[in-house]
Amino acid sequence: MSDVDLHGDVTVERVTLSAELAGGEGVATPDAAEYALWLGDDSLILAQQLSAWIARAPELEEDVALANIALDLLGHARSLLRYAGTADGRTEDDLAYWRDEPGFRSAWLFEQPNGDFAQTIARQLVASAYLFELYTALQSSSDETLAAIAAKAVKEVDYHRDHAIQWTLRLAGGTDESRRRMLRAVSDVWPYVDELFRDEPLLDRLEGVAVRPSTLRGAFDAVIDAVFAEASLDVPTGFVSSGGGRRGSHFSTLGYLLAEMQVLARQHPGATW
Amino acid sequence: MVTDAWRIAASVLDPEVPALTIEDLGVLRAVEVDGAHVAVTITPTYSGCPAMDVIREDLVLALGAAGYSDVDVRLVLSPAWTTDWMTDAGKRKLTAFGIAPPTGRASAGPIRVQLGVKCPQCGSLDTREISRFGSTSCKALWECRACLEPFDHFRAH
Repeated sequence: MSDVDLHGDVTVERVTLSAELAGGEGVATPDAAEYALWLGDDSLILAQQLSAWIARAPELEEDVALANIALDLLGHARSLLRYAGTADGRTEDDLAYWRDEPGFRSAWLFEQPNGDFAQTIARQLVASAYLFELYTALQSSSDETLAAIAAKAVKEVDYHRDHAIQWTLRLAGGTDESRRRMLRAVSDVWPYVDELFRDEPLLDRLEGVAVRPSTLRGAFDAVIDAVFAEASLDVPTGFVSSGGGRRGSHFSTLGYLLAEMQVLARQHPGATW
Repeated sequence: MVTDAWRIAASVLDPEVPALTIEDLGVLRAVEVDGAHVAVTITPTYSGCPAMDVIREDLVLALGAAGYSDVDVRLVLSPAWTTDWMTDAGKRKLTAFGIAPPTGRASAGPIRVQLGVKCPQCGSLDTREISRFGSTSCKALWECRACLEPFDHFRAH
C-alpha cells in the first residue's frame, strides 16, 4: 500500500487486508512450510518459464493459453509461498525475490529450458499430469490450508493437463517435422520425471499432511500410457537423472531465470506498484 | 445494518466483466458487521485472478463512502469457487453483455464431449471452441458459425 491517498476521503492504509484462509490462522509448522516451499517453487519456476512464451508462441491462441496457464500457476505459487512464509515471518515476495539458487527447492523438471514448442509441451504434459494427481490427493490433507489450496488448484490444473494432452496428440500425429520434434522433446524431458515421485525424508515427518509422491506414480503412468498409446509414442526407458532440486542443487538455467525474475525487486528494494 | 453493508458490498463490479457484480458471480461470500467494523469474505474465481486485488480495494472504497471506516476483507479459498454459485441474474447479464454463460458441469475423466454453447449474439447453437483459454482465466474463446462472430464463453468450473 502506498502512503499516497488517491481516493479522496478514504484512507486505504487503515484497512487490514489480511489473507486469512478458511479454517483458522493457517500458520505452518517448519516442516509443512518446507513442503509448501517445494510445491510453491515448482509452480513459480514453471510459471516464469511459460511467461517467456508470451508474444512468441506459434499462434495467438497459444499466447493466450500459455499466459493463462502461467497465471494459474503463479496463483498457486503465491498461496503456497505465502503459507510457507508464515513459519518464519517471510512474505511471498521475500521468498520469490530474495532467495538465491541454493535456496530454491524446485524439482529439475521445472527448470528444463523451454526449448521449442514441443519441448515446452512435453514438460507441460509431465508437470500437469503430476500436479493433477498431487492436488487431487492433497485435498485430503489434514492441513486445512494445504487442502484448501489443493481444492482450488486441482480444477485449474485439470485444464492445463487437457491442453498439454491435446497438443501432445496434435504434434505427435501431425507432420513428419512435428512428430520428430515431439519424439525428441519426450526423450529430453523424461530423465527428470523420476525425481518428482521420490519420497524425500521430509515426508516421514508429514504423515497425513503431505502426499507421498511415490503413491502418485501409478495414476500418473496410467494417464501417460493412455496418451502415448493414442499418440503412438513410447515411454522413454533410458537415462534417469539424479535430481537434487529439493536439496537446493540446480541447473545453470535456474540462475538465469532467477536473475531475470528478481532483478527489478533487487534494484528497487521495497518498491510497490 | 448487515443488510445495508451487504447491499453496498454486493454493488461492487467485477473489473474484468463489468456487467456483473461480485454478488452475481458468487465471489461475495459473507458480510459481518460489528459496530463500525465490517468483515467481508470473498473467494477468488481462479487462483491467479488479478481482479481480486481491485475488488478488495473497491470494497473498501464503497463501504468507506457509506461510512464504514474499518473494513476487513478476507480472502478464502475453501470451499473452492464454482460457476454453480453464479446467480441466474448474473447469467442473464452475461448474455446481454455478449458473453455466453456457463453451461452444465464438465464431466471428469477422459470423455471430451461438451454441451452446446449458445451464441450470445444470435442465439445459434452452431458454435465451436477456438481456444480453451480466453481473455481472462475464467473464459474460453468461441466462434459462431451462423453469424460468424467470435464470443467469450464463461467456462463451467
